[in-house]
Amino acid sequence: MKINTLLYTIRRGFANLFHNKWYSLVSVATIAACLFLLGLFYCIVVNIQNTVLKAEEGVAVTVFFEEGTSEAEEEKIGQDIAARIEVSKVEFHSADEAWAEFGPAYFGEDYQEGFPENPLEGMENYSVYLSDVSMQDALVTWLESIPEVRKVNYSAVTATTLSSINQLIAYMSVGMIAVLLGVSVFLISNTVSVGIQMRKEEIEIMKYIGATDFMVRSPFVLECMIIGLIGAAIPLGINYLIYDYIMNNLAGSFTSVISFLKLVSIDEIFRILTPVSLGIGVGIGFLGSITTVGKHLRV
Amino acid sequence: MSRKDVIARQREEFIEDEGVIFLDNVSKSYTSGSPALDGVTLHIDRGEFVFIVGDSGSGKSTLIKLLLRELTATSGAVYVMGQNLARIRHRQIPKFRRNLGVVFQDFRLLKDRNVYENVAFAQRVIETPMSEIRRNVPLILSDVGLAGKYKSKTTSLSGGEQQRVALARALINNPSILLADEPTGNLDPKNSWEIMNLLEDINARGTTVVVVTHSKEIVNAMKKRVVTMRKGVIISDEEEGSYIDDED
Repeated sequence: MKINTLLYTIRRGFANLFHNKWYSLVSVATIAACLFLLGLFYCIVVNIQNTVLKAEEGVAVTVFFEEGTSEAEEEKIGQDIAARIEVSKVEFHSADEAWAEFGPAYFGEDYQEGFPENPLEGMENYSVYLSDVSMQDALVTWLESIPEVRKVNYSAVTATTLSSINQLIAYMSVGMIAVLLGVSVFLISNTVSVGIQMRKEEIEIMKYIGATDFMVRSPFVLECMIIGLIGAAIPLGINYLIYDYIMNNLAGSFTSVISFLKLVSIDEIFRILTPVSLGIGVGIGFLGSITTVGKHLRV
Repeated sequence: MSRKDVIARQREEFIEDEGVIFLDNVSKSYTSGSPALDGVTLHIDRGEFVFIVGDSGSGKSTLIKLLLRELTATSGAVYVMGQNLARIRHRQIPKFRRNLGVVFQDFRLLKDRNVYENVAFAQRVIETPMSEIRRNVPLILSDVGLAGKYKSKTTSLSGGEQQRVALARALINNPSILLADEPTGNLDPKNSWEIMNLLEDINARGTTVVVVTHSKEIVNAMKKRVVTMRKGVIISDEEEGSYIDDED
């Protein structure tokens, strides 16, 4: 294709946008509304999931040792635990550290009086944090099989509940995003179809004159891709402003809620949401126009 | 090459040498009803001016659509400029259509563009350099009497002027054949005659002109070849013919 033809195609794409300004506005509004809802839902789901994940990360399994286990053996066991894939973090607490932590809580500042020796002697332990709480049972079974391990403390109910919540959110969010995406694709491609249907005659004229399918199609495709791009950029901007406002302003007013919620940073959210939204907008504009124009090219 | 291929090639060479349009026992049926064309054989030579006349449903529009390769024949063969249209693939159709100029009753102009852009578009599709387009468009607009209106929106023009724009667009690429489907159907008598005179001028310069029309007055006055169709068949084909009414 000659450069003149390419430039003409680009110019026509932009000219069509302005010439059919009402259609362009309606299309942009439809796409923007769909992608706004999609973006909003994504922000909510990601934050809920993050909150549950943070809660999961706080769930620890405590490992106590048999009497007479040497420090070297304890260290080796610590390394073996840390090497497991379901483990995110391992913390060693010596008996002295444990007494220094719990003593004041139970006996006040003078907790050492009346206890010439550390009453928690032999209670050194590992706190094992999981990256995936659903694998707690497997970890506990393995820990209990180690001869030097005397006792493993864990909460099966907490792990099961968090794991179930996480799964439920995952299923619900996949379902909701799929439905929203489906509705968006349907509405956007319908809008594109209606716009092209209105210009069926124009397409036919071009074909009678001897224009190739590419020449007929490309200005429409470009026009729809620009509409998709603008329609995706607007809700991205709005969602960004809303999210930024919540992060900066509401955090101060609802400190306890925000600390419980564990909000994901704005950069992290929009690092995924931006390419996905723009991709959907431009992609649907591209595919919708290609297929719809194609129906009218058999002239 | 097989003997069958040799015969076919010889036949195509003959058609190419002898005429620009050749319909060889062509029939066209749609899904229901009687055939729109039924065993039509028609030969049009280079430089001829031919009227195709007949009532609604006689098959005139189907004939034009077959020549434009908008439709393909159910049986028989349609040759245009030596090409068997049944053998043209979809992606080759644009190139084929660039040999033809087409004018319709409803003008079919691009409404969002001005006169210049409408005519220039036909050159853009064949990727003519911009400098040539700038030179050619004013010349052809001058030929059809619209030199001063190149900036006008097509919607602001009269019917006659719109048809002239359509003619200019059809002619700018120097087509070998001009197909005009009811070109005066939406025009008053004065404008109709102006358009017919333009078509005659174009024909005088060597372009084959095929006009589908209902206008008895024009057909009878111009004394050209007249092909009359009725119910999908050609009922008469006369040099310097006249319009045959249904009741005749």
